[in-house]
Amino acid sequence: MATVKETNQAEKQKSDVMLQYLRPKKKFPSVWCAGCGNGTVMGAIIRAIDKLGYSKDEVVMVSGIGCSSRMPVYLDFSSLHTTHGRALPYATGVKFAKPHLKVIVITGDGDALAIGGNHFIHACRRNIDITAILINNYIYGMTGGQGSPTTPSKAFSTTTPYGNVEKHFNPSELAMAAGATFVGRTTVYHVPQMEKMITQALEHKGFSLVEAVSNCHTYFGRLNRQGDPVAMLKMFKDLAVPAARAKNMTPEELEGKLVTGVLQDIEKTEFCDEYQKVVDAHRGVK
Amino acid sequence: MAIKKRHLMLGNLACVHGAIYAGMRFFAGYPITPSTEVAEGCARELPKIGGKFIQMEDEIGSIAAIVGASVAGLKSMTATSGPGYSLMVENIGYAYMTETPVVVINVQRGGPSTGMPTKGSQADTMQARWGTHGDYTAIAVAPSTVQECLTETIRAFNLAERFRTPVTVLLDEVIAHSREMVTIPEKGEFKVYDRVKPTCTPEEYVPFEMTPNGVSPMAGFGEGYRFNVTGLTHDTMGFTTNRPEEVSPKLDKLANKILKYRDETVKMRTEMMDGAEIAFISYGSVSRAALQAVMLARKAGVKVGTVQLYTIWPFPEKQLREICAGCKKVIVGELNMGQMIYEVERVLPNNIKIHSIQRYDGEFLTPMQLLEKLDEVL
Repeated sequence: MATVKETNQAEKQKSDVMLQYLRPKKKFPSVWCAGCGNGTVMGAIIRAIDKLGYSKDEVVMVSGIGCSSRMPVYLDFSSLHTTHGRALPYATGVKFAKPHLKVIVITGDGDALAIGGNHFIHACRRNIDITAILINNYIYGMTGGQGSPTTPSKAFSTTTPYGNVEKHFNPSELAMAAGATFVGRTTVYHVPQMEKMITQALEHKGFSLVEAVSNCHTYFGRLNRQGDPVAMLKMFKDLAVPAARAKNMTPEELEGKLVTGVLQDIEKTEFCDEYQKVVDAHRGVK
Repeated sequence: MAIKKRHLMLGNLACVHGAIYAGMRFFAGYPITPSTEVAEGCARELPKIGGKFIQMEDEIGSIAAIVGASVAGLKSMTATSGPGYSLMVENIGYAYMTETPVVVINVQRGGPSTGMPTKGSQADTMQARWGTHGDYTAIAVAPSTVQECLTETIRAFNLAERFRTPVTVLLDEVIAHSREMVTIPEKGEFKVYDRVKPTCTPEEYVPFEMTPNGVSPMAGFGEGYRFNVTGLTHDTMGFTTNRPEEVSPKLDKLANKILKYRDETVKMRTEMMDGAEIAFISYGSVSRAALQAVMLARKAGVKVGTVQLYTIWPFPEKQLREICAGCKKVIVGELNMGQMIYEVERVLPNNIKIHSIQRYDGEFLTPMQLLEKLDEVL
């Protein structure tokens, strides 16, 4: 067991790393509610980038619209805060134009799967070397708690006041079906796992998706009587089933659970590389 | 001096050669009649020069990708037609707001909706000006020959790069699908304008700085300048603002950086306007018919001339007023139910009578039809 002093030192180191990557000229606080999981995900991303030793100049963060999409604005990288649902095609333009850049997309369940659903499946299919962090909080937070494509059936939101009559998307399974070569799911309770998974995703060549299940206690939690941030984190802990264990479970047993861990990690040719081969062939490069 | 090689070329393909001449190295697009040959030409030509071509999943993805590529530092273009342009306008607005230079070729076809994909039109004239929501000033240029498809695309890139703004090339299907002889210019024959890059240190860089000419130097991502780009109304550092004292200067900047130099954006061609009492006013394919009609009418002794606009937006208010000052009547010819005529009516003084000839059945206006109209208004 770590002593209190050791724990405090570890925490201080973590916050020192955070401070190195926050934008010096940006005014804080952030737009996020106190206790929001977005900050937890941001911390994990920063520590992953710090661990990998990327220079700030080679990282580009691209986002769409929504609470999670505000993240790039706070960080000291080049950032492109775009239109609703379109982060992936903007990121595709950046990455394809300058393939040496590390392009990270921050998106949410509404941004990536509703208005941006078409771009999402095609980015997976194309296997372009972009890491997408999809913060899934089951609801539209910025507009005040409307149902999203991941809002579970029967769950309450301001646009499903009598319970959701629709079925929901499973973002990770959708990505795998569409051809993404690295897919992992984690939650804001499983912070060390999240940090490691983002590191793996960044190192992976090809399209990588990290689905980070997060708490919107302000809207989803309140409307569905799930309590405060702590109660929601405990709920994620209880619902999580590691992928290795889930393999031996029936679909009935997995109903309502969150299968966590790396769900897909395969190699396929990457889009920018393949295009470069065409260019090289024209130029006589062998 | 060597004799220049001339090529029999499609209008759409001439746009590709013009774009490459202007330095375009990134194209994203989605197939749509009658613009598809632009994408096909880029898919063929760009890999040969180390440029990038990508076919996106739709037109929204296409415009998003070219804006992303332009922010990353490459001169970028897409091409589409009415339905695709409608899908693009929100993100063309993003390019206005973020001051990102891109060129969008709109090969106009009959509408609304799916309309007539293989038939020409000029019914997106107003959309090119007012298509996206909010306040902004637009630039649009329009060729009337295949050679001009090449030269006007070069001009579109130069205007986009100079003013850090999206520029629309308004083709109509008639020109885009015509084949004519084209000379590809030698290097240096046309001025090619590149965006101004910052020379200050990254610490001193103000990405949306207020400058005397209204255009801020533009760094590319990965060039050592880390900055924020957002479609939200932003301050000079690129950070979101709702402060009245920052909002209106930003919107003024978007308009004034172009309007201050609007005379330099104007390009028009006038023929037989000396002593003309009547003038045809038109652009694109209609101008070709107008020129023919005017030559025939002049032979018959009618004092008529023609004004062809190459710059549609900003509308050349002052120049048109000056050229038409001696006219008693003008005839505005368009392949739509009347769009440019609103501008002509706004600009010309009341003592000039304004007539119109409009065609929107998918066929183009012929010199004979224009002569008939001339006969009618004489």
